[in-house]
Amino acid sequence: MTTPPPATVGVETYLALNRYTVDEEHAHIVLAEHPDRSQLEQLARVCPAGLYKVDDAGNATFDYAGCLECGTCRIVAGGGAVASWRFPAPTMGVEYRFG
Amino acid sequence: MADFDAIVVGSGCAGPAAAIELARAGKSVLVIERGTFAGAKNVSGGRLYTHALKALLPDVAGSAPLERRIVRERVSMLSTDSATTLDVTDEAMRDGRHESWSVLRARFDPWLAEQAEAAGAEYITGIAVEALLKDGDRVTGVRAGEDDITAEVVVLCDGVNSLLAQQAVGAARPRPDQVAVGVKQVVALPESVISDRAMCADGDGMAWLFVGDATHGSIGGGFLYTNRDTISVGIVATVSDVMESDTPIHRMLEDFTHHPSVAPILRGGQVVEHSGHLVAEGGYDAMPPLVGDGVLLAGESALMCVNAGYTVRGMDLALAAGQQAGRSAALALAAGDTSAAGLAGYRAALEDSFVLRDLRTLRRFPHFMESTPRVFAGYPDLARDVMRSLFLVDGTPMRRPAKEIGRIVRRTGYLNVAKDIVKGVRAL
Repeated sequence: MTTPPPATVGVETYLALNRYTVDEEHAHIVLAEHPDRSQLEQLARVCPAGLYKVDDAGNATFDYAGCLECGTCRIVAGGGAVASWRFPAPTMGVEYRFG
Repeated sequence: MADFDAIVVGSGCAGPAAAIELARAGKSVLVIERGTFAGAKNVSGGRLYTHALKALLPDVAGSAPLERRIVRERVSMLSTDSATTLDVTDEAMRDGRHESWSVLRARFDPWLAEQAEAAGAEYITGIAVEALLKDGDRVTGVRAGEDDITAEVVVLCDGVNSLLAQQAVGAARPRPDQVAVGVKQVVALPESVISDRAMCADGDGMAWLFVGDATHGSIGGGFLYTNRDTISVGIVATVSDVMESDTPIHRMLEDFTHHPSVAPILRGGQVVEHSGHLVAEGGYDAMPPLVGDGVLLAGESALMCVNAGYTVRGMDLALAAGQQAGRSAALALAAGDTSAAGLAGYRAALEDSFVLRDLRTLRRFPHFMESTPRVFAGYPDLARDVMRSLFLVDGTPMRRPAKEIGRIVRRTGYLNVAKDIVKGVRAL
């Protein structure tokens, strides 16, 4: 039986290939102040950019800069773990070159 | 007097189609797109069935910047270490009536927007519509940037995350079981290498769908489309399933592109883009109202997507619905009534067209997928084991194939398999 070769490339490496104009002033997605741990873990599973991270102690980090603007976290959170979700300001955010 | 006869929000597939029809009818129409160019924010799998493009733009559809004409269809059941594949080539796929092409939206959408401008639509890019202007229940225009711009009718084509659809027609936020998350990579390879690996001529291409291990057994699947000098490869999985999965979606994609049945076609390629997109999979019953006072919805903002498992379509629905929205809006403008009643012809026309008929035909399919987990985890292994019983030879005396296959199927249970087949047939 063959096993797939180990996947070693992290998603951050791929995000670095995308073109972004990062709005340093405004985060278009804001995590809730005391997010629910299970919701955070769900966000970490569904985010195609892997931007939601939860460490063993349950501390959450989220970096909006690599956002692909898919809106999946808006669907999961339902207002729970994400305090606010909007699109980045016009001309900001990801700019797809292939799409 | 309103600033414009019509405002179209969003320049994907539906928006320009609506704008083209409005401009052709002599109406003043403004298209507002938040990306710096049309397509900057847009992602598809993607394959476009071109019938709707030809209906919209019969004279120039042939010059659209599409990638490769799909002449090879593959569908695979994927287990961790095998793929059982149906491979179809058919000259009928070249027939103009039902041909399909791979597409990259950052190339196609600017061209489509140009067609709308050429027809007479005005365009603003790099400006977002933050809110709709309303007078009571009636939509009277948009707030974009610092400006209030009024129109007799607004056509919302602002995509699957339409925050405006809620304000327009009270559309509810989709539930996690009604949408799927898609993640895709574009992988660059020389054109001739892609042709060779897809066993196609240059200009011809392959569409390859996967069920099973692509999503680690979650409801969904993998896809691979050959473009001219890139390959689009990705997975789509129902959000509620991924929420409870043991593997994050981006890791599923990494595993998928390294799967022994997938890796060889990508070998040596450079990933040049990593994208994500939400896919409406709730079908007909998840759609919001398509018409309100002074407002129409078309394309993904109305969650228009048809999923039959072996094909997933959104763009041809968006093109056709956008075109119909433009026509119906122009008729309502001519009649001087853009209320919900005056615009009701839009819904009626879509009910008669393939758009809502296909959505209705497949309305039970989302439930079939949800209630038949063996399609995603179970049958791919069963198919592998049956094929192993046929193809692996090690010199031990063979058993009669029918008996051996019966033994394998019995592990899942004849009755279970029969039930799933009946369910599938009913859903389709």
